[in-house]
Amino acid sequence: MAATQEEILEGLAEIVNEIAGIPTEDVLLDKSFTDDLDVDSLSMVEVVVAAEERFDVKIPDDDVKNLKTVGDAVEYILKHQG
Amino acid sequence: MTAKIKPSKGAPYARILGVGGYRPTRVVPNEEILKHIDSSDEWIRSRSGIATRHWAGPDETVAAMSVEAGGKAIADAGLTPEQIGAVIVSTVSHLKQTPAVATEIAHLLGTGKPAAFDISAGCAGFGYGLTLAKGMITDGTAEHVLVIGVERLSDLTDLEDRATAFLFGDGAGAVVVGPSKEPAIGPTVWGSEGDKSDTITQTLPWDVYREQDAADVRYPALRQEGQAVFRWAVYEMAKVAQQALDEAGISADELDAFIPHQANMRIIDSMIKTLKLPEHVTVARDVETTGNTSAASIPLAMERLLATGQAKSGDTALVIGFGAGLVYAATVVTLP
Ligand SMILES: CC(C)(COP(=O)(O)OP(=O)(O)OC[C@H]1O[C@@H](n2cnc3c(N)ncnc32)[C@H](O)[C@@H]1OP(=O)(O)O)[C@@H](O)C(=O)NCCC(=O)NCCS
Repeated sequence: MAATQEEILEGLAEIVNEIAGIPTEDVLLDKSFTDDLDVDSLSMVEVVVAAEERFDVKIPDDDVKNLKTVGDAVEYILKHQG
Repeated sequence: MTAKIKPSKGAPYARILGVGGYRPTRVVPNEEILKHIDSSDEWIRSRSGIATRHWAGPDETVAAMSVEAGGKAIADAGLTPEQIGAVIVSTVSHLKQTPAVATEIAHLLGTGKPAAFDISAGCAGFGYGLTLAKGMITDGTAEHVLVIGVERLSDLTDLEDRATAFLFGDGAGAVVVGPSKEPAIGPTVWGSEGDKSDTITQTLPWDVYREQDAADVRYPALRQEGQAVFRWAVYEMAKVAQQALDEAGISADELDAFIPHQANMRIIDSMIKTLKLPEHVTVARDVETTGNTSAASIPLAMERLLATGQAKSGDTALVIGFGAGLVYAATVVTLP
């Protein structure tokens, strides 16, 4: 069953917490991965890989660049989840 | 008439009997890399974990480094060179293709007339060589096999390429594989994904020099799509490593050491997490001071873990190599 926006945000927050050690409550829609959450380009790849598994979605390398904020990622997953 | 052919008779199992390494004398810190690329020590350390690497001088040829490492491995195994029945050399940076450099190395080591040949399997070369050696020993075509991984990647490094200039190092690592009464090298999980061959590749083939004036051609170097390779490594290779554990019937709890190809500390850290390796497992982190030495990285890291007492003889170790091809090979071994 497709995940809702809240569920995706919650899931992403857990992933970011696991990979970058950021408290889940700090992972909010308007936060930038690199500037606010200390997720660098390689951690971002790990976040994407984990998100693909969790939400049954494919996020190609070329699209990863456009996911600047948590909100971008939530929206992308919402649109593309299988 | 089909006559009956007498089969060869091998040992029941194979094991690694000795290990040796050679690191070039010149240590190259990140500061030196920064002369050619716009970067910083902090960036290189945080993205790759690399602080220094060794680059070979003119006398530290592929053959010379191999002889040093191979000689140590033979001595460590308690053998003499004449007892070596085959020499397998994995390298992508010996710039003279024929004859195979393995033959010269075998000769310089004083091994007599062993079978000797080179293989090309990039950063998975050690696992490929080890797998061949194991097969030769259990088949009975050789009793002791010297497997060498050796690279002079500095010869194929574009100092001005921000994505690779800081990654590569030079060196040689070797093991002697011989007969065993107990299984000491697990099943190999290996393979290739040629559809991703462009993600790590030499920029130009050598025959470009036949068609163009050498002065117009930038010397061939190794290039890679860093993010694509990183993604493949953290996602696919953790699965391959897990499969090697499963096929060997070893749980993460039973492991003493994890010796992955030393490509990037971030890949190593990610794999540890995915594999859920317990605290007690010693992890090889040789990349910090050795850089990525491709086929040499696993035996070099193995030698260092043993030499520093972080691992000991008889320990159970998971090894996995992966790189250009893309190719990979993983298995579980008992340390010499
Ligand atoms: C090489 C590697 C460290 C590069 O890291 P990366 O995060 O993929 O680098 P990117 O090219 O995406 O660049 C990310 C940012 O760092 C910058 N950057 C790239 N190279 C840089 C360098 N050498 N120094 C400083 N900054 C650099 C980029 O300009 C970019 O900045 P921006 O986000 O402001 O535009 C990484 O991809 C890697 O190690 N991959 C695996 C490679 C490997 O191990 N291969 C061998 C396997 S055998």
